[in-house]
Amino acid sequence: MRYLPLTEADRKAMLKRIGAKDIDALFVDVPPEARLDSSDRPVELPRRRSELEVERTLTRMAGRNVSAGAVPFFVGAGAYKHHVPATVDHLIQRSEFLTAYTPYQPEVSQGTLQYLFEFQTQVALLTGMEVANASMYDGSTGCGEAVLMAERVTKRRKAVLSGGLHPQYRAVVENLSHFGGSTVHALPPALNGEEDIVSAIDSETACVVVQTPNVYGSLTDLEPIARAAHENGALLIAVVTEVVSLGAVRSPGEMGADIVVAEGQSLGVGLSFGGPYVGLFATREKFLRQMPGRLAGETVDGEGKRGYVLTLSTREQHIRRERATSNICTNSGLCCLAFTIHLSLLGEKGFRDLARLNHHNACLLADRLSGVKGVEVLTPTFFNEFTIRTPKPGAEVVEALAQKGILGGVPVSRLEPTADAFGDLIVVASTEVNTDEDRDAYETALKEVLA
Amino acid sequence: MMNREGRATAPTAQDSEGAVATFTGNRGLDIEEPLIFEVGSTEVTGVDIDLPEAPENRLGTLAREQGIGLPGLSEPEAMRHYVRLSRKNYAIDLGIYPLGSCTMKHNPRLNEKAVRLAGFGDIHPLQPESTVQGALELIDTLAHWLKTLTGLPAVAMSPKAGAHGELCGMMAIRAALEARGEPRSIVLVPESAHGTNPATAAYLGYKVVSVPAREDGTVDPEAVKERLSEDVAAIMLTNPNTCGLFEPDVREIAEAVHEVGAYFYCDGANFNAIMGRTRPGDLGVDAMHINLHKTFSTPHGGGGPGAGPVVLSEALAPFAPLPFVVHDEDGFRLVESLDDDAAGEAFGRMTAFHGQMGMFVRALAYMMSHGADGLRQAAEDAVLNANYVRACLKDTFSLPYNHDRPCMHEVLFDDSFLKGTGVSTLDFAKAMIDEGFHPMTVYFPLVVHGAMLIEPTESESKASLDQFVATLRRLADAARDGNTERFTGAPRYTPVGRLDETRAARHPILRWTPEQNASQAAE
Repeated sequence: MRYLPLTEADRKAMLKRIGAKDIDALFVDVPPEARLDSSDRPVELPRRRSELEVERTLTRMAGRNVSAGAVPFFVGAGAYKHHVPATVDHLIQRSEFLTAYTPYQPEVSQGTLQYLFEFQTQVALLTGMEVANASMYDGSTGCGEAVLMAERVTKRRKAVLSGGLHPQYRAVVENLSHFGGSTVHALPPALNGEEDIVSAIDSETACVVVQTPNVYGSLTDLEPIARAAHENGALLIAVVTEVVSLGAVRSPGEMGADIVVAEGQSLGVGLSFGGPYVGLFATREKFLRQMPGRLAGETVDGEGKRGYVLTLSTREQHIRRERATSNICTNSGLCCLAFTIHLSLLGEKGFRDLARLNHHNACLLADRLSGVKGVEVLTPTFFNEFTIRTPKPGAEVVEALAQKGILGGVPVSRLEPTADAFGDLIVVASTEVNTDEDRDAYETALKEVLA
Repeated sequence: MMNREGRATAPTAQDSEGAVATFTGNRGLDIEEPLIFEVGSTEVTGVDIDLPEAPENRLGTLAREQGIGLPGLSEPEAMRHYVRLSRKNYAIDLGIYPLGSCTMKHNPRLNEKAVRLAGFGDIHPLQPESTVQGALELIDTLAHWLKTLTGLPAVAMSPKAGAHGELCGMMAIRAALEARGEPRSIVLVPESAHGTNPATAAYLGYKVVSVPAREDGTVDPEAVKERLSEDVAAIMLTNPNTCGLFEPDVREIAEAVHEVGAYFYCDGANFNAIMGRTRPGDLGVDAMHINLHKTFSTPHGGGGPGAGPVVLSEALAPFAPLPFVVHDEDGFRLVESLDDDAAGEAFGRMTAFHGQMGMFVRALAYMMSHGADGLRQAAEDAVLNANYVRACLKDTFSLPYNHDRPCMHEVLFDDSFLKGTGVSTLDFAKAMIDEGFHPMTVYFPLVVHGAMLIEPTESESKASLDQFVATLRRLADAARDGNTERFTGAPRYTPVGRLDETRAARHPILRWTPEQNASQAAE
């Protein structure tokens, strides 16, 4: 087996040194009735295969999928197709980054720790917050953790969720709250109309969770919501699933958010069918010790030289066990690296230009689609994603478009199967990867499908 | 100080070795690397973007007016920055990484190639199911391997990490108890458990009752039975445990737990030691997470991401969370909503989308490359390597439990061999760095004072282990001979000397700010 360096002679010599008669002697603690050491009880799975064979099998499976880069592609709703510079994937595959572990020994992990420190700073700047952690699993789990954190800070147990929050994020929060014994007040799905949320805030509310741009693409001014939350002693949690939007719109921090959670997949990470992604998590300095997750911090060595370490671990499970702030014991290290490299390459200029180009392309597409007979664009302000109404059920339209080689968006019925009034809606995203030809193809195909 | 680009860097301390201090702070190929915020500029970019001439604006009143402050690097500057940073890291591709409980094994590059196939890496979680049949087939195939290897009938694929899997498994248990109308309030957790176990139980509102280890480091079934009652929801047992031992009475514990109507959660972090040799289902396990990244070799990438699918027994299977893959004659389909008829008693959703596809591809590539026979061989070699290290060091290091039972994939020593030498466990670890080795896990598990936990894994050769063992023996001899300078001054040959972790926690500096520099940090 090519991955296993021991030879039969090594194994014999090692067993001799150990003083064991055979390998079975090392498994004596396994109860006899549960052992698989005799040939009559093998695990019924295929035997080993060569690199060539494995590659063939996986390539065949991959070939049954339509990849985003192969077709005109307009699917968003929480994950976005962006161009990732070749430099990013090259650098994250450096062995010293790729195959390093958690930086428990900081003196031989300065590479990882420094990029985490850079990542934390970038996230704080982007979100307009004071501090950020070294990432969560993804945006949705970060959202769940933000609600728990708000409950710790306010000592209240009720979360109010806006109707524009991604339904799968809402499901994560509802699940955590159900098992954690707290209450969720989720407003019904709404394309716009975040004003409703203000009247849902009361003196029991720990936090208000508002996504912007929301899952339907609409932009929301967080300021009045922040004010209402703070007047009632609640925190405002802002959720951003398209981090590129922060290059074009005001930051949640500027608008008064107390915790910002974002999905960072758009920068450096790629679509990957839903994971791994990278959750961004930022807050105000006064809440630092209630923040979940890992943190890199600056310090010095014995001679005053600057260096970085993992820090504030007294909040964490390996020290506090059942009194920890969360049960999380990892971060999305390599995805942080991809994110931070991509953002360093963009810089402020590139990031803002990228956001402008995304917005521009989405505006062009909205105009084209609203020109198709029977199609209506329902979101007046948006960043790179908007919602259309079609004369046929959204799921049927999207499937028919797929048959014509266009991945045209996400039918709202897939996200909100019980919202009957939304059955003819489709969420459509457009990024810098879309060309005039893509828009032509979409418009033409949509006309045919609706004819 | 200036770096090679002529930009200012943070001041560098004088060289303490009596060697000539360089003007740059660099030492040959060991180059000082400032932060991107100190070298980049908001005007510089490494990405060319074709901006439209007349960009539209439908942002309403929310257009960004304030600057962000993000530094940019040109492509060559970025390349150098990150390559230089990478050189400050230890990694499994450089040498043995014997962190116990962390399983740092070889990361095959075939896995990396497979995951980057456009049909896996460049597909969207919400594109029509008809366009991702191969991806759903892959998830279904991986699920089949996991169920077969563990002897359990169901698996929840979506948890994003081991600890997330723990939460998922315990939620399934809680959901099953709720369905029975029995909330129950206690979870038993052995002292030797990972900290995530009690944290998870406490999160779900359970009272955590600790079970002490007996003299030999394993759980005494009598101690479990004494704590069992109709109010116990579950036991969370790690097997093999964090002392590197297989719990010999696991079946008796499982039976006792089931007798009072409670469930057996197994922390499967160490499944790599037993795959192909025993099946958790045959041991009485009801739920167990599998760290795909550890057992089936996803690179750790400096701390993640991982993946933590959870296998479930017949009793818990109906409660598996959303989403999951089903298939019929029309092909594969995702069950994503509680309103779907196929959702059964699913307890909800752990995360948006469907889980860590990137890890699924890597894990399946690794499994298929090994095959059933190779996975079993990998477990056997991992156990053989750990026992070999134990045999080679047991007369030099000290074993916390005085018995001759074999260990599993990792071997636990304590620091009593350092008693009276003036050398601490941490000093010893730092001296290993100077010898070119990543230290073992130190101070964990908490049940052993001065623990040193070594996990060589199956990917170390005998020659590599012999060199490692010889170095550890010489270091132990040096400590006993009173050669303490070697330890207390360590590490010497690293980009930075021993870092002040206490200062970092007392005066947290978690981001760069314009006025900040190293001299301020040193105040």
